Amino acid sequence: MRRKAAKRPEKLTDYTLIIFAFFWMALIIFLPLMSVLFNAFKGGLPKYLETFADPDAMDALKLTLLVTAIVLPLNIIFGIASAWAITRFEFVGKTILLSIIDLPFSLSPVISGLVWVLMFGAQGWFGEFLQAHDIDVIYALPGIVLATLLVTLPFVARELIPLMDDNGTDEEVAAVTLGASGWDVFFRITLPNIKWALLYGVLLCMARAMGEFGAVSVVSGHIRGLTNTLPLHIEVAYNEYNTIGAFGAATILVGLAFVTLAIKTILEWRYADELSAQHRH
Amino acid sequence: MPAEISKEGNFIKPKTFRRTRIIPGFSISLGITIFFVSVIVIIPLLALLMRPWENGFSGFIDTLFDKRVFAALKISFLCSLLAALVNLFVGVLIAWVLVRYDFPGKRLVDAFIDMPFALPTAVSGIALSAIYAPNGWVGSFFNNFGIKIAYSPIGIFIALVFIGLPFIVRSVQPVLSELEAEVEEAAETLGASPLQTFNHVILPAIMPALLSGFSLAFARGMGEYGSVIFIAGNIPYVSEIAPLLIVVKLEEYDYAGAASVGIGMLIISFAILFVLNLTQQYFAKKGL
Repeated sequence: MRRKAAKRPEKLTDYTLIIFAFFWMALIIFLPLMSVLFNAFKGGLPKYLETFADPDAMDALKLTLLVTAIVLPLNIIFGIASAWAITRFEFVGKTILLSIIDLPFSLSPVISGLVWVLMFGAQGWFGEFLQAHDIDVIYALPGIVLATLLVTLPFVARELIPLMDDNGTDEEVAAVTLGASGWDVFFRITLPNIKWALLYGVLLCMARAMGEFGAVSVVSGHIRGLTNTLPLHIEVAYNEYNTIGAFGAATILVGLAFVTLAIKTILEWRYADELSAQHRH
Repeated sequence: MPAEISKEGNFIKPKTFRRTRIIPGFSISLGITIFFVSVIVIIPLLALLMRPWENGFSGFIDTLFDKRVFAALKISFLCSLLAALVNLFVGVLIAWVLVRYDFPGKRLVDAFIDMPFALPTAVSGIALSAIYAPNGWVGSFFNNFGIKIAYSPIGIFIALVFIGLPFIVRSVQPVLSELEAEVEEAAETLGASPLQTFNHVILPAIMPALLSGFSLAFARGMGEYGSVIFIAGNIPYVSEIAPLLIVVKLEEYDYAGAASVGIGMLIISFAILFVLNLTQQYFAKKGL
């Protein structure tokens, strides 16, 4: 089988198509990015830097980092465990399990927040119990962590499952036969084979965890200095017409998006063979 | 693999998974997986599914057909549908350009397609709203002609076009690059015009990917919140989206109402998925 090679544009239609693609990308993707930078630096550099002196913004950044630091390891554990179970063993209900792991992708972020209010909110399933024992879940850190977990749950698993499925079990079976322990097999054979895909998944998971807005917004209660994450701080600042503050904080997240895309692109070029097939260019 | 003999002495069918159980860690890995999936996904979703009925089935129906809720569901549905349709055309075009042409800056354009995935929705939301507001870069231009983009359904549509683009491009791109050159060349040799070749050779091949990209973009649009609420203006009956009504209902401590709207959104998403599946089967039957 031969594939059609990419060619240099020759005819007018070729140029028209390429120019339209550039025009659309400029209008839909680049313009919003420019707008963030423009509005953040509207008052000059000193005003922009004041954003980082704002204690509310810094508290929000700290909370965002804390939530990410809790969610990431849990997602790594879940991602590896689920990929191990699904690709290394046969069991009943595997297909259903796979669809359930994918489910959070198709949920509205608001619904991903709502479900936790229905569980732990004042009138939720466990509302009275939590109130009686003075435990805060909603409008507090645990709620934010749970909402972020639900939203990010598929990210690592989705990268590992197709790759480990492709790789097969031959090497691992050989190692076990030769007497290697389970942990040895994992750390010396499986992990080296999946490390770039794992990094890829962790990267996407981290970007989403730090940027999640809808789900966190529902469970957070927007308490300044306490339950405002960085995206929520942006909303509050924007609604208070603090344009420079909102866009200034947004530049941190834009920077994060750029780093994510850059590492992602490098992984796709450099380690294409060690990622799941859907990311091989 | 030899058949095993059970304790009672009867032959039992060999179970295929016996062979793969050479690798250790089955119970612990499946245990962790089921624990996470139950606590994080299944039980919370059960809480959602069970909530709307506390005022009976009629309470659920009354909420969905309440004028404001119904208007919001309609706006969400129409804007998502329209945005996904526009992305269908533009997405195929951009995927085509990326696969078929070499030009300076191609890798950069390719990497930037994923920007709507990577950019936090709140950031896209305030950025889009700043551009399309009546005093914004693009908004002021249209304002001269009396067209309001931000704070109207057009704004919701623009935000959903932004958020939906990568779904179509990333679905179609791999299929397009795997197409066999011979088939196209045969069509050309037989005298087909480029447009005919596209319609009769390429389009049928990318149709399944196109439909799945479309349904992903649509579903995302139905549920999208962060990038929409800033530009939408959230005027009841005019530019209020369904996810926002969940937030409104929660602020009124109307949990059953919020859950009803959530279920309404899920029903619409599943209905679209179902229709697209049927479409796919129809095309498959026609041999396209």
